[in-house]
Amino acid sequence: MSSSKCFVTSTFDRPLELDSNRLEYRLKVMLLTIDVTSENAPQLSFLLHKHPDRVQSFELSFGTAHVFYPVVEPQRCVACLLLDVDPVGMVRGKSRDSSFLLGQYVNDRPFTASSFMSVAISQVFGSALAGKCRDYPEMVEESFQLTATLDTLAVRGDISMVPRIFEPLGYSVTAEGRLLDSEFPEWGQSPYYRIVLRGKTTIAELLSHLYVLIPVFDNVKHYFVGPDEIEKLLAKGAGWLENHPEKIEITRRYLRHRSVLVRDALARLSDEEVRSDLDTDSDTLETESLETVSDTESNTISRTAIHNETPSHGDFSAKIECEEGEVAEIATVRSLNQQRYDAVIDAVRQSGAESVLDLGCGEGKLLKQLLEEKQLNRIVGMDVSIRSLEIASRRLRLERLTERQRSRIELLHGSLIYRDKRLNGFDAATVVEVIEHLDQDRLGALERVVFEFARPKNIIVTTPNQEYNSVWESLPSGQFRHADHRFEWTRSQFRDWAESVSDRYGYKVRLETVGPIDAERGSPTQMGVFEIA
Amino acid sequence: MRIQVPELSLVVLIGPSGSGKSSFARRHFRSTEVLSSDYCRGLVSDDENDQSATPDAFEVLHFLASKRLSRGRLTVVDATNVQPESRKPLVQLARAHHCLPIAIVLDLPESICQQRNQNRADRNFGPHVVRQQRSQMRRSLRELRREGFRDVFVLSSEDLVDGATVERVPLWCNKKSEHGPFDFIGDVHGCCDELESLLLQLGYTIQPTPGSGGSVLLAPTVFAHPAGRKAVFVGDLVDRGPRVVDTLRLVATMVAHGSALCLPGNHDMKLLRKLSGSDVKIAHGLAETLSEIDALDGGIKDAFCRELCQFLDAMVSHYVLDDGRIVVAHAGLKEEFHGRGSAAVRAFALFGETTGETDEFGLPVRCNWAADYRGNAHVVYGHTPVPDAEWLNRTINIDTGCVFGGRLTALRFPEREIVSVPAKQTYCEPSRPFLRVHSPGLTAQHQLDDVLDLDDVSGKRIISTHLSRNITIREENGIAALEVMSRFAVNPKWLVYLPPTMSPCETSNEPGLLEHPAEGFAYFREEGVKQVVCQKKHMGSRGVIVVCRDPESASKRFGVTSGVLGMIYTRTGRRFFQDWQLETELLKQIRDTLTEVGFWEEFNTDWVCLDCEIMPWSAKAQELLRTQYAAVGAVGEWSLHRAIDSIDQAIERLGGRDGAAVLASMRDRFAYRAKTVRDYVDAYRHYCWRIDTIANYKIAPFHVLATEGCVYTDRDHRWHMETIARVCQHHTQLLVATPYRLVDTDDATSVAQGIQWWETLTAAGGEGMVIKPMEWIVRNKNGIVQPAVKCRGKEYLRIIYGPDYDAPENLSRLRNRGLGRKRSLAIREFALGLEGLERFVRAEPLRKVHECVFGVLALESEPVDPRL
Repeated sequence: MSSSKCFVTSTFDRPLELDSNRLEYRLKVMLLTIDVTSENAPQLSFLLHKHPDRVQSFELSFGTAHVFYPVVEPQRCVACLLLDVDPVGMVRGKSRDSSFLLGQYVNDRPFTASSFMSVAISQVFGSALAGKCRDYPEMVEESFQLTATLDTLAVRGDISMVPRIFEPLGYSVTAEGRLLDSEFPEWGQSPYYRIVLRGKTTIAELLSHLYVLIPVFDNVKHYFVGPDEIEKLLAKGAGWLENHPEKIEITRRYLRHRSVLVRDALARLSDEEVRSDLDTDSDTLETESLETVSDTESNTISRTAIHNETPSHGDFSAKIECEEGEVAEIATVRSLNQQRYDAVIDAVRQSGAESVLDLGCGEGKLLKQLLEEKQLNRIVGMDVSIRSLEIASRRLRLERLTERQRSRIELLHGSLIYRDKRLNGFDAATVVEVIEHLDQDRLGALERVVFEFARPKNIIVTTPNQEYNSVWESLPSGQFRHADHRFEWTRSQFRDWAESVSDRYGYKVRLETVGPIDAERGSPTQMGVFEIA
Repeated sequence: MRIQVPELSLVVLIGPSGSGKSSFARRHFRSTEVLSSDYCRGLVSDDENDQSATPDAFEVLHFLASKRLSRGRLTVVDATNVQPESRKPLVQLARAHHCLPIAIVLDLPESICQQRNQNRADRNFGPHVVRQQRSQMRRSLRELRREGFRDVFVLSSEDLVDGATVERVPLWCNKKSEHGPFDFIGDVHGCCDELESLLLQLGYTIQPTPGSGGSVLLAPTVFAHPAGRKAVFVGDLVDRGPRVVDTLRLVATMVAHGSALCLPGNHDMKLLRKLSGSDVKIAHGLAETLSEIDALDGGIKDAFCRELCQFLDAMVSHYVLDDGRIVVAHAGLKEEFHGRGSAAVRAFALFGETTGETDEFGLPVRCNWAADYRGNAHVVYGHTPVPDAEWLNRTINIDTGCVFGGRLTALRFPEREIVSVPAKQTYCEPSRPFLRVHSPGLTAQHQLDDVLDLDDVSGKRIISTHLSRNITIREENGIAALEVMSRFAVNPKWLVYLPPTMSPCETSNEPGLLEHPAEGFAYFREEGVKQVVCQKKHMGSRGVIVVCRDPESASKRFGVTSGVLGMIYTRTGRRFFQDWQLETELLKQIRDTLTEVGFWEEFNTDWVCLDCEIMPWSAKAQELLRTQYAAVGAVGEWSLHRAIDSIDQAIERLGGRDGAAVLASMRDRFAYRAKTVRDYVDAYRHYCWRIDTIANYKIAPFHVLATEGCVYTDRDHRWHMETIARVCQHHTQLLVATPYRLVDTDDATSVAQGIQWWETLTAAGGEGMVIKPMEWIVRNKNGIVQPAVKCRGKEYLRIIYGPDYDAPENLSRLRNRGLGRKRSLAIREFALGLEGLERFVRAEPLRKVHECVFGVLALESEPVDPRL
C-alpha cells in the first residue's frame, strides 16, 4: 500500500446494485492517533486525562476503548485511542431486535467505525472534549502543532469532500486509500482511507471536529437519529460549524438527511433564511417511522432485490444518484422533473379525463399534483414497492384528508406485469418514467396489462431520450441515468415502440418532447400520448 | 309423507308462529343448515322477540343463506314466511345461486298454534297475530308454485307433521359416482360413419342387445367397451350431417345399455322443440334432420319421434362426474354453475355465454369463460368448432368440426389422450372458417399465460401440495415477492421451479467447530434413514437451468417464442447472466452436450430442468464480494496492522512497566485477529477467479429435476449423481460432476469415513458438503424429513460469521443458534418447489405453476437468520 499525498479519487463506479447504506460491515478495530509536537508535549496526557504510562480501558456499549501512548518524549507525545468492537456481542445483544441480527450477514445494517469513534471520544475524552483540565486549566486554551491520524475512515462519496471539510478548519490533510483486494485489483478501491490531519489547534477543538465530522464522512450512524442529535451537533460545532463553508453538507449528513432536523439545525446555526432547496425532495424522509422501516426491515432475499432503487419519477444523472442514494437537488434537473409533471398533467387535462391512474406512482409526487386538478374525481396510484406507497401515503397526507378529498384518491399495491381488474374503467393512465425499469423482454406483459386489459381512453407514457444523455457532462457516456434502468431509448426506438403498440392495441399516438431541446439530440424526456382510436 | 328435497336446495318453511317450524327443522336438518329469523333477531339485538330488529335480522339471514348457497350447502329458512313479500327475496336468492327453492308448509289448526304460543313465556303477543299469519299463509298456498317454488309440501295435521320424512335426492346432474374411465366424444352432427370408426378405434365392439323391448328408436346391437369404459357425448348429435337418424339410434342404444352418457346440445334441443310442436326456424341443418325423419317408414315414424322426444327430454344440462373431478356440458360451464340447476345454467350449458354482439360472420361473439376458469374440475365441452382440441385452464373443447370437414375427436380420460377420425368429406360449409390457425406455434394456454393475473398470486394464499400439508403464504410475504417477481424475475414461463433453502446440521460441540458432519449423520440416523449421500458443496451460486433441445421445443413446451434455447436463473428467479450472449453460449454448450450423450432420446424429452451450482462465486456475487467481503478483509488487515504497530511502539517505550504487560496481551489478541482476517481473505479468495472467457465458468448440476412427463424425485440421489456424471464427462471443461460418498448411518466405520472425507474437502479450502437421504422424500411422523442438510467447513464459515468467529469467546455464543425456523422453511419451500415442478410437468396452466414459484419466493422473505 503506497502512501501518497494526493487524493485518491475513487473511480467512478456504476451505482451499486445494493443499497450502499446497508453495506457497511463490522469494523472491529479503529484507531485514532494524536501526535503532538511541542515543548511541553507530554502535557497531552493531562489534557486527555489519561496517564501516559498506563494502558486504560473503558467498557462501552459496543465494546472496549483503550488509551495508550506509543511515544512520550519531551518534544513529542503520541496518544492512541483504540476501539475494540465486539461484533458477536452486538449481534446477540438482548436489546437488538431480530432484524438487526439479520442485518449482520450480508446486507448489514450499518454499524461503522465512525459513529462508534465519536461515542468513544465523547465518553473516554469527555473532559478534553469539553475543554476542561483539572491540573492545568490554562493549557486548555493552548494550541499545539499536532497530527491526528484516523486509520480506516469510511468515506462515502466523493473523496474531495475530505479537504473541503477539513481545510477550512486549518488542517492540511492527506488521505491514503487502499485496494479492496490486491489479488483482484479490478475490484477497485475500498471506501476506506487513512486520514492524516496536520495543524495547529487546541485538543478540545480537534476532538470536537473529529466528533462531528467522522460520522459525516461515513454518512451512517449506528443508532437512530432523533432531534437530540441537533443539540449534540450545535454543542460540538460551536465556534466553527456556523462559519464552515460546507455547513449545509455537514449538517445534512450528520443528521442523516432527515430534512426536518436539518432545517431546524441550519436555522439555529444562522439567522439567514434557509436555502429553499432544502425543502424539496428529501422531505420524503420526514417521518420517523420511515427510517425505522428502512433500517429494520428484515427481508432477507432481498435487501438486494427489493431495496435497490425504488423506481420513481425523480431519477437524475447517475453521478448524483450513486452518492449514497441521496436525492440530489440540482436546479436544472429538478426543473426537468417538474417540467415532466407539467407536461403529463397538461396531457391529462387536455384529454378531459375525470379519472386517472398513475401507474408506477412511486412516492406520489405526481399524484400530489394531480390532486390539484379539479376535474379529476378519481385518482389512483399504483406501485409495486410497498415502501414507496408508504412514502406516498405520507406525502399525500392521506390520513388527514377530508372524507371528500379522501374519496378522490386511492393507492394500490400492484404490478404492471400482472393483469389487474382494479385498473379497469379509467379515463386516463400515466406511466411516467416507468417502462425503462422493466427488462425489455417483459415489456410485452406491461403492454397487454395497460393497453389491452386496463384499456383507458388515454395513456401517457414518458421515458428518457437516450440521445440527450451526452448533454450531461456528469453522466459518463454509455451509462444509464439511473441504476435500475434496463434500457434507455433513442427517439426513433421510442417512436417505433409507440407506433407498434398503438397498432396492436388500437390506439393512436402523439409524440411530444419534455424539457429543453437540443438541436441534434432532442429533449431529455420523450412523451407519448396515446388515445383509443 | 315423504318429502324429497334436492341435495342442494333452499328449503323455505312456511307457517304461523307456533306451527312447529323450529321443531320440524331440528328433527330433519342439521342445526347448521337451519337459519332462523328468531336466532338472527337475537344475533343483532340480544332479544329474539324484538320485532324492531326484524329488518336487520333478515338482512343477516339473507346474507348467511347467500354464503351457504354459494358454497353449495343446503339451507333451511325457519321464519313464518307467510307473506309473499317475505318469500320473494328467498326465491330470488335461490335463483341467484342456481338452486331450487322448496316450500314446506306447516298448515296446522289455529288452536294448536295458539296453545303452543301460550305455553311459551316469550311469546306474549295477542292471539290476533297468529290468526292473521294463518290467514295470510292460507291465501298463499295456491300461489307458491307461481312464486317460483319448485316443490311444495303441505303438512296439514299434527299426524302428517310427525309422520313426515325428509329425503335428500341427488340432482340430476350429479353423476359423481360414475368413475369412468371415459371417452368424451365431440359434436357428431350426424357424421355416423366417422362415429362408428372412432368408437372402433377407441376399442368399442358391437355387441348384440338383450332386445330392444319393442323400441323403434333403439338398435338391435350396441357399441360397448370390453373394459367397461363409458362414452360421453357432448351433444349436437343431429343436424347438418348425412346420417342423423343412425347417429341418434346408435347413441340412444348406448345410453339405454349403459355404455354411454349423452348431454344435450342446442341443436338437439331445437329438434325436440320442433318435434314437440313449437314453431322453430328451420335453419342450420335442421332441415336435413327433419327430412331424414320424414323419410322413415310411415309405420314407425310416429313412435320413433315419440321415443326420440323422450330420449331428448330426459337429457340433463350437464353432468358432474367422478367425484366432481370432471364436468361435461355441451357448451362448457363456468365454475359457479357446476352441479347447479336453473334456467341460466341450462342456457349456459347449451349455448355458452355470449356478449350479445355478433361478429363479421353473423355469429354471436362468445365470452371466453374458459380463459377465466379457475376451478379444480376439468370441464369437457364442444359446441364451437376449433382446429385442435387443446387444454386451457383445465377445460377442453373437443368439437373439431367433423361435419365441417374437420375431425371427430374423442378425449380419453383420465389418460388425457386425444383420438381423432378425419371427416370423410366436408358435409357443410362453416359460416366462419374455423380451420385457420390463430397464432403460429403457441397453444391457447400459452397465449393466455403470456400475462398472469394478480388475483392468482395476491393476498393470503393456501397452496395444497402433494408432498406436504397445505402451505400458507402470508399476505405480507406475497407483497415482497410481487416486487421481486415484477422487477427482477425472468419471464414466468421459464420459472418452473425455485429451489428451497437448506438448513445446516445441528450445531457441533467439537472444539473450534460450529458445524461437523457427525451431527448431520446423527440427524438422519434418528429419522430412520440408513443410507445417505454426501455431496461436495460447490461454492458458487445456485442456478436453475432450463434447456430445450431447440428453439421450437422452447416455444412448444414453454410458450417462449424469442428463439432462445432456455434460461438460467438464480434461486430468486433472476436472470443469472446479465450478458445474454454468454447465457446463450452456455445454454448451447449444455444443449450440445446433452444431444451428444443422447439425453433427449434416452429420456424421451425435448427439455430438461437442472439444479446446479454455477462457479465461480465471484461471477454472480461480484458486488457482494467487493462491497462486503473484500472490504472487510481490506479494512481488517489494515487497521489491525496499524493497531499492532502502535501497540508495539508503546510496549517498547514502556519497557518493563505494568502497562507493557497489558499491551502485550492486547497485542496477542490483535495478532490473532490479524491472522483470522488473513484466513478469512484466503477463504473467500478460494471461490473467486477471473472470468475472462466462457471457459472460466464451471457448472455443476446435481439434480436432474424434470423432463417431459417426469419429475425425478422417485429416483435416488445416486441415480442423479450417476446420470449427471455421464453427461459431464462429455464436456469436462464446463461441466463438473459432483464428487460424492455414500454413508451408512448405522455403521460407525462408514460414518467415520464420511467425516474424514469432509475433513479432507474442507482442509483443501472446500465449502463443505451436503448430506441427503438416499431417497428424495423420506416421511416421518411429522411430515417429511429434511431433504438435505449442509455441513460447512471451518474456514468457509469465516465468510459467514466473521473472521474470528472461532475464537472461543465468540464460538460459545454463536453455538446458541436455533434451527427450527430454518428447517420448517426448508420443508415448506421443498414441498412447494416440487409441487410447482409437478404441475408444470402435468401441463397445468402457468398460473398453477407460478403460484408455487411465487410462494417459494414469498416464503424466502420470512425472517430467518441468514447465516444459517
